[in-house]
Amino acid sequence: MMMKWRGWALATGALAVSAMAQAAPPSAAMLSNACAGCHGTNGGSAGPTMPSLASQSKEAIEAAMKKFKNGERPGSVMGRLAKGYSDAEITAMAEFFSKQKLHVTSQSVDAAKVKKGASLQESNCGRCHIEDGREGKDDTPVMASQWLPYMQMQMADYLSGKRKMPEKMKEKVDPMSKEDLDALLHFYASVK
Amino acid sequence: MTLDRRSFLKLVGAGAGAAGLPMIGRAAELMPKGAKRVVVVGGGYGGTIAAKYIRMMDKSIEVVMIERNDHFVSCPFSNLYIGGILKDLNPLTIKYDKLAANHGVKVVQAEVTAIDPAAKVVTTSKGTVSYDRLVLSPGVDFRLEEMKGYDAAAMEKMPHAWKAGPQTVLLRKQLEAMKDGGTMVMTIPLSPYRCPPGPYERASMVAHYLKANKPKSKIVVLDANPDITSKGGLFKKGWKDNYEGIIDYRPAKKVTEVEPGKMTVLIEGLEDVKGDVVNVIPPQRAGQIAVAAGLVGDDKNWCTVNPTTFESTKQAGIHVIGDASNAGAMPKSGYSANSEAKVCAMNIVALMNGKELTEMSGINTCYSYITDKEAVSVAAVYKVADGKIIAVPNSGGVSPADFSAAKIEAVYAESWLRNILTEMST
Ligand SMILES: Cc1cc2nc3c(=O)[nH]c(=O)nc-3n(C[C@H](O)[C@H](O)[C@H](O)COP(=O)(O)OP(=O)(O)OC[C@H]3O[C@@H](n4cnc5c(N)ncnc54)[C@H](O)[C@@H]3O)c2cc1C
Repeated sequence: MMMKWRGWALATGALAVSAMAQAAPPSAAMLSNACAGCHGTNGGSAGPTMPSLASQSKEAIEAAMKKFKNGERPGSVMGRLAKGYSDAEITAMAEFFSKQKLHVTSQSVDAAKVKKGASLQESNCGRCHIEDGREGKDDTPVMASQWLPYMQMQMADYLSGKRKMPEKMKEKVDPMSKEDLDALLHFYASVK
Repeated sequence: MTLDRRSFLKLVGAGAGAAGLPMIGRAAELMPKGAKRVVVVGGGYGGTIAAKYIRMMDKSIEVVMIERNDHFVSCPFSNLYIGGILKDLNPLTIKYDKLAANHGVKVVQAEVTAIDPAAKVVTTSKGTVSYDRLVLSPGVDFRLEEMKGYDAAAMEKMPHAWKAGPQTVLLRKQLEAMKDGGTMVMTIPLSPYRCPPGPYERASMVAHYLKANKPKSKIVVLDANPDITSKGGLFKKGWKDNYEGIIDYRPAKKVTEVEPGKMTVLIEGLEDVKGDVVNVIPPQRAGQIAVAAGLVGDDKNWCTVNPTTFESTKQAGIHVIGDASNAGAMPKSGYSANSEAKVCAMNIVALMNGKELTEMSGINTCYSYITDKEAVSVAAVYKVADGKIIAVPNSGGVSPADFSAAKIEAVYAESWLRNILTEMST
């Protein structure tokens, strides 16, 4: 019986279908490669309003994707796309990107702002944005070398209330001037 | 690389030289094949990515990418050029030198003229190339038999501009030369065709140009489809808010014939429409090379593939991606081609190493400009269910209907282009 079925399957090509059914579920690389059309190969973005994901913290990506998914964080296509993934798939993608090498950008930044931003970072933000923003505590995102236009757009969303600031961040940001915040972002953009 | 007669003779041996060239039955093998080789046909949205990702995943596989041109001009954003928003096509043009330098992809500029699936050899204008697996991403060619009178000469009078390059430049020149008060006519074929929202974006960009430069002019859109095929509600709102009286949209008008001498198009022999500028987008099918290789399905137009490997269901060892393939729910877009190429690359590497296949996961994200500062988008995630590619339920969709995201999406779209072209060229 078994032999007979195999012979029939080979002849008709039904075997190809059964082999297909045996493919492993989408791996982290399979899932993540699809993102690279917008976020760059291995998450190194070439588009100044699209964030690099390479070397981003796993927890930060997970948190962002879950907020996109439940609508808590505004995003144009990201809300629609995040709904297409299970929590396990999100974790797999987050892990994939967190393991990629930091995508170092050479953006034009204002040297005076970078200098001012460096001291503000140290006294205000350094407890969560660790190592000059190269690392992040818990789900705090990595800021180093991130695109300045992207960060400025996010800051605008925070200030307008479109995106909700974490409590600890709000405490630090509230007393700062717009110029202070801009200097901070120039600093993060300059970190290599 | 071109061979002159002397070096060609050296290559094939002195004996052949003495006996004369006609002794050689088949064109010379262009490059002797090592242990594992994938040949990729087409250096566009799908081909470049398949070539690059195979090399990224397995350096032991030799990858030869064969493309007829020495550069590639992106269709995405070419409508902005036609609408006068982009000055030239430079930001849309890529070269292949970095794909070669960074990943060791062997780029051959040649026309692929035949495929022999049994011998696993492709014939090109420069010689033959053997393969273990073949990836075709040739894009589309036109079903000219369904558009009477639309020959090569007609294309120079009534450009399609549906493959970016000289045709795109020609259409813009004609639009610029048109008198104020003139009419541009655009025809749209029945779905499926390359880039579902592309014609409607083009109408928007043309209208944007006319509004600013030739306000007494209009564009008549003759659509063979019963309604706008993609982002319909958004285009209708965009047109109403911006281009009332400029875009004259006529659904269910199937153009089947053109008369370039009179600058008219004919709708199923019933009605003719005349334009000062006429943009004919003909019905399409898989690129000719895929049709010639017998890869198209029952519809005679698109290549049927296994949704996990993108291997042809007609010929083992040949994979088809991008516009030429029938990828289930995935639309014929550049982003789809990019995503499909990566799925195909990963599973080709598995097949060539005797490893387990991985189920596909893909994305499409596509922006369309309505004005120079506003764009709308469609996005979706894809997976395989019951042997077919479907959109993941309860995900994806189009921009908010009130255009609340339109300004930001116009900004994101620019980064989309930067990233996807950088992926293809570095
Ligand atoms: C006006 C317009 C706007 C668009 N806008 C968007 C958009 O905003 N977003 C989006 O995602 N998509 C968009 N698209 C769709 C996108 O251009 C296509 O889906 C995409 O190019 C498909 O990729 P491909 O690899 O299948 O074909 P292509 O990118 O066309 O590449 C095919 C390549 O193969 C080569 N070739 C073919 N046959 C041979 C042969 N026999 N020998 C050698 N070389 C050969 C060709 O020269 C070409 O370079 C748009 C299309 C148009 C027309």
